Amino acid sequence: MIENNNSMVNIFVMGKKHTVPADLTIMKAMEFAGHQFKRGSGCRGGFCGACATVYRKKGSYKLQGVLACQKQVEEGMIIAQIPFSPSEKKTYNVDKINANANTFLEYYPEIARCLACNTCTKACPQDIMVMDYVQAALRGNITLAAKLSFDCLGCGLCAMRCPAEIVPYNVGQLARRLESKYIEGPTEHVLKRCEEIKNRKFDDEIEALKKAEKEKLTKLYNSREIITK
Amino acid sequence: MTEYKSGYPDYMQESLQKVADSRSSRFGKEFTPMTAEQRQQILEKFHPDWKPQMKRILRIGPSKGMNIPHEVADIIEAHPMIKPEEIDLSKIDYDVDLLIIGGGGAGLSAGILANENGVAADQILLIQKLRLGDANSKMAQGGIQAADTINDNPAIHYLDVIGGGHYANKPDLVEALVKDAPNVIKWHESLGVMFDKNPDGTMQEIAGGGTSRNRMHSCKDYTGLELTRVVLDEFINKEIGYKEFTAAVDLIMDDKEQVSGAVLYDLENEEYHIARAKSTILSTGGFGRLHIQGYATTNHYGATGDGIVMAYRTGAVLRDLDSTQYHPTGAAYPEQIVGQLATEKLRGRGAQPVNKQGELFVYHLEPRDVESSSYIRECYERDNCLTTPTGMKAIWLDTPMIEKVNGPGTIEKEFAAMLRNFNRWGIDIRKEPMLVFPTLHYQNGGVEINANTETNVPGLFCAGEVCGGVHGKNRLMGNSQLDIYVFGRRAGKAAATHAKKASSGKLTLNHLKRYDRWLEEAGIITDRKSPIILPEYRGKRTLEHRLKIM
Repeated sequence: MIENNNSMVNIFVMGKKHTVPADLTIMKAMEFAGHQFKRGSGCRGGFCGACATVYRKKGSYKLQGVLACQKQVEEGMIIAQIPFSPSEKKTYNVDKINANANTFLEYYPEIARCLACNTCTKACPQDIMVMDYVQAALRGNITLAAKLSFDCLGCGLCAMRCPAEIVPYNVGQLARRLESKYIEGPTEHVLKRCEEIKNRKFDDEIEALKKAEKEKLTKLYNSREIITK
Repeated sequence: MTEYKSGYPDYMQESLQKVADSRSSRFGKEFTPMTAEQRQQILEKFHPDWKPQMKRILRIGPSKGMNIPHEVADIIEAHPMIKPEEIDLSKIDYDVDLLIIGGGGAGLSAGILANENGVAADQILLIQKLRLGDANSKMAQGGIQAADTINDNPAIHYLDVIGGGHYANKPDLVEALVKDAPNVIKWHESLGVMFDKNPDGTMQEIAGGGTSRNRMHSCKDYTGLELTRVVLDEFINKEIGYKEFTAAVDLIMDDKEQVSGAVLYDLENEEYHIARAKSTILSTGGFGRLHIQGYATTNHYGATGDGIVMAYRTGAVLRDLDSTQYHPTGAAYPEQIVGQLATEKLRGRGAQPVNKQGELFVYHLEPRDVESSSYIRECYERDNCLTTPTGMKAIWLDTPMIEKVNGPGTIEKEFAAMLRNFNRWGIDIRKEPMLVFPTLHYQNGGVEINANTETNVPGLFCAGEVCGGVHGKNRLMGNSQLDIYVFGRRAGKAAATHAKKASSGKLTLNHLKRYDRWLEEAGIITDRKSPIILPEYRGKRTLEHRLKIM
């Protein structure tokens, strides 16, 4: 148990006041207050973006975007979860698209409306340079768009704040797939190994291991060469 | 630039200083790996699996007699949520060729492969109890194994897997795992996954605990996120049918003893729906959220072990559920992130586990069960540990060593997630170590399958963490990301083939009545119901730390 002498704070979950232990995350504080999440809770470790949340603190005009599992409660927080962001992910055949700016404009033409206001970047709980990657996509700089957007969890907060109604995370996803598939391309030694497997190069060796008694396997395992430098 | 202020309380500063002081003398040094005998000894003395009072013998069903954790036995020895007489099986809400239960990496890749193998997109229904793609699959940080370099090959990978699993693995499944591995990487690249590369364009690969070669492929420390979101994007591109915030509460069978779909439960409108299917794939993941032995967990909110329960009620065989994986390095401080994963890749790139005195006490890349046991020993037998303000014992993981070994900037480039997630709590892992303690990580066992992902029940296929046999009694790092795509893809293909020739008979839930009889005959009187679908954290449960270590 957390020590009983821990201090408590008041938070307002969609306006409703709850008094909760001060050292909890927003997510755990909401559970403490009696919520059982259906939406709005996912990995609980900052990797999935399911718990996008906005809050204001009393006395401040600032609207802050955070992940509920990654932010501690503070006195006077007024909290609303935004567990869903309406958007249409365009469908495409990844084998038949081109790695250039036109692809972005074809599927997400609204990126041309970007006002360069940087609101998306300010809204990002991952501190990603969102506006910069949208602009990079617009210019056809796929590598930069892919690199800058890489840490995106798709929480949706940027899309909810964009005055030009762009959905940046869809643009980032497209950029990364284009970057890997068309700009980096497949890795030679992976393709070569797949060919060798297809030609059954290792089958005999594996078959022998499959048939080996535990005693023999143990011996082989304990004496195997370790080359990890 | 403001001056860096330590992220740890005053009383830890003396120990932190010792860690910093010993860093130069630890540079380039490795603790000697244990012998096979030493490993066995430490497991028996310190690994949670070896505490008999934390387990009990399963009393019902085809795998009766298996010794499993109480928390797992509790959900298996429980009544179905639904009463068969209250469910109208004559009204089919979804009539499809293939039903996939669970939308992590295994389920998504199964859907894509089934579609590519002839099942029309609208003849597939994938249900997911949370958001599509929200699963442990997304949380993997360190990497995915595949033997694709010149000094490595699938046979070497095989030996690592089966030795790491204490020779309890099912050989056919290990063979499938290691032989499909390079093809899985090839598939991912063809879909557009951005792997970490060397300047010459080759894959950047490192070692993990128990691997004898560098074969861990990564996407920074967001490997699972990157793999899942690309596969998810492709799944949506194929316009395959899916329904989110919908759980399965039990499988449906037919009068030919085949699995023929599932009773679905819409979490939002709380209605039941009937899905009939010629093939059914369970890809529901593991049970981390059962908090075995009170351990904190790295796992996703939805990891409640639903799949093993549903499969068992149809007569499917379970295996290897006596062993559970505790990841050596779960965050132990601050309180807000206790149990969350600190990737094994940190050790792969040079971070050393050290005790309160700043000393090495174990080889940094023992197999996970051995590594975890040594941390528990350092804390509970030798008392060479720190105790956090909330009473957790922990040792240091010396992350600043990573940059000493690989140069400045390495952490920002390769560990963006770790750097960010600890920075949020005022700890810069480039400057200060992490406090860690083992955390509940993985369900080693599960439903028994063959290399085609078939179970012993016709019509039922399983893939991913819900299965047992692939990893034996202990999984190696990077083999779960591999597992979900190897067997997810195989399941999609096999289920597609099955659906082409199968036909459903008259639907029935008699197996649930049979299950209640089993409980009664075994003298199990309980009001427990399962699957539990979502964990219960409301009210004071939020605050519970039930760790019963020694």
